[in-house]
Amino acid sequence: MKALVVEAVGPLALVEDLGRPGHASVGVTGSGAADRRALRLANRLLGNAEGAAGVEVLLGGLAVRADGAVRVCVTGAPAPVLVDGRAAPLGAPLDLRDGQLLTLGMPSTGLRTYLAVRGGLAEPHVLGSASTDPTMGVGPDPLTPGRRLAVGSPPDREPAADVDVAAPEPPPVTDVVLRVVLGPRDDWFAPSAVDALTSQPWTVTAESDRVGVRLAGPALDRADTGTSRELLSEAVVRGAVQVPHSGQPLVFLADHPTTGGYPVVAVVVDDDTDVLAQLRPGERVRFRRVPRGW
Amino acid sequence: MRLLPCGDRAILVEVTDAAERRRLDATLRHRPLPGTVEHVPGARTVLVVASAAHHLPEIAAALRDLVLDAPEATDETDELVVEVRYDGPDLDDVATHLGITRSEVVARHTGQVWTVEFAGFAPGFAYLTGSEGDLEVPRRHSPRTRIPAGSVGLAGPYSGVYPRPSPGGWQLIGRTDVTLWDAERDPPALLTPGRHVRFVEVAS
Repeated sequence: MKALVVEAVGPLALVEDLGRPGHASVGVTGSGAADRRALRLANRLLGNAEGAAGVEVLLGGLAVRADGAVRVCVTGAPAPVLVDGRAAPLGAPLDLRDGQLLTLGMPSTGLRTYLAVRGGLAEPHVLGSASTDPTMGVGPDPLTPGRRLAVGSPPDREPAADVDVAAPEPPPVTDVVLRVVLGPRDDWFAPSAVDALTSQPWTVTAESDRVGVRLAGPALDRADTGTSRELLSEAVVRGAVQVPHSGQPLVFLADHPTTGGYPVVAVVVDDDTDVLAQLRPGERVRFRRVPRGW
Repeated sequence: MRLLPCGDRAILVEVTDAAERRRLDATLRHRPLPGTVEHVPGARTVLVVASAAHHLPEIAAALRDLVLDAPEATDETDELVVEVRYDGPDLDDVATHLGITRSEVVARHTGQVWTVEFAGFAPGFAYLTGSEGDLEVPRRHSPRTRIPAGSVGLAGPYSGVYPRPSPGGWQLIGRTDVTLWDAERDPPALLTPGRHVRFVEVAS
């Protein structure tokens, strides 16, 4: 079986597909690619099903050697791509000959680069997905040098002729606007706090990972400051803006806990969470309120 | 029932008490709503997750018309027996807090039917409540940094079993060898919402 053999990793490299929805009632979160748009694009460019498993690479540093001829594609945060030391493009299919080495450097913007392969990675599934949740230890282990990633059978079809072959626009760097729907617990907060959420810029902090992005800004005060009202555990979703006692919000991403005990003031529109997953510490976001869809 | 917005893919349904939440959970399990991926119970809520944003209006309408008529205990809720060695490090503290003996703590824990209310914290971790409601204790003042898998604990009105080694603040009363979460097993989690559990004492 053809394979990609890992020779080096940077801070974190994980096998991810589009996750395992439908198991939160037994405490298993969705996981999957933090920037699903980027993984989907890479798979489309290769003629794969959109949800085929690839590698999510945090801040570059990945080197893989082809065992057998394989076709790959790199999307997401624009990391310099080298094939046997020669520059290669992002957002386009690349043919690797047996033994060739592909390396990803540090992206100029964004956090997460995706490496997909025609046929997808043939990693074992847990609850219908090959995604890794490194926090909870579900799915394949984080990649380490020496790891052999078997490549699945290529799909019967070639990529559609009209597939978007143009390189995707690089992730935005700052002052990104994320759409939010207020609630479910906006009534736990002072009206001024709800205003502040959508009127003030928020800065991404370094205490951010696949579980969530912690933001810094004006403290979001509760309506009942001084009382010790506590929320009973309730389910939370990707994109939920949870506000602990510090008043500094945490926006949940792919590996969010399935239930939480702090009030969720608003929820980021699902598509916009992929943009958020590419923001670096120090970059800023704003929230724009949109109506609920029902 | 109160319907609360939860982004563009879900609706959070808030109910008045745990009994109503159990009926709502059972009804949705018995008859899933079209356009939904799953529903996730909490203490007083059930999150209903749509497969796509455009399904939310029909889901909201269906929830407003929903009749909570499913029986609470369905056939899938056959009782799970969990054997426990009651030698936990907090057994004395629990007994002192409740003003009873260690053996009475064990008698209460084994002498009632426990029901899985909802999950969270980790894969396979479930919050169970007892039919008698007579084992309510606070969390430990300082959480432990590492609790072994299989530890049986109490916190608030709940009992639970740690499926994997993790930090935690529950009062530990015993240990079990039952594997509550195994990714290689089908299904991986034994404790699903609505399931009934009986704890049985075995020798330490």
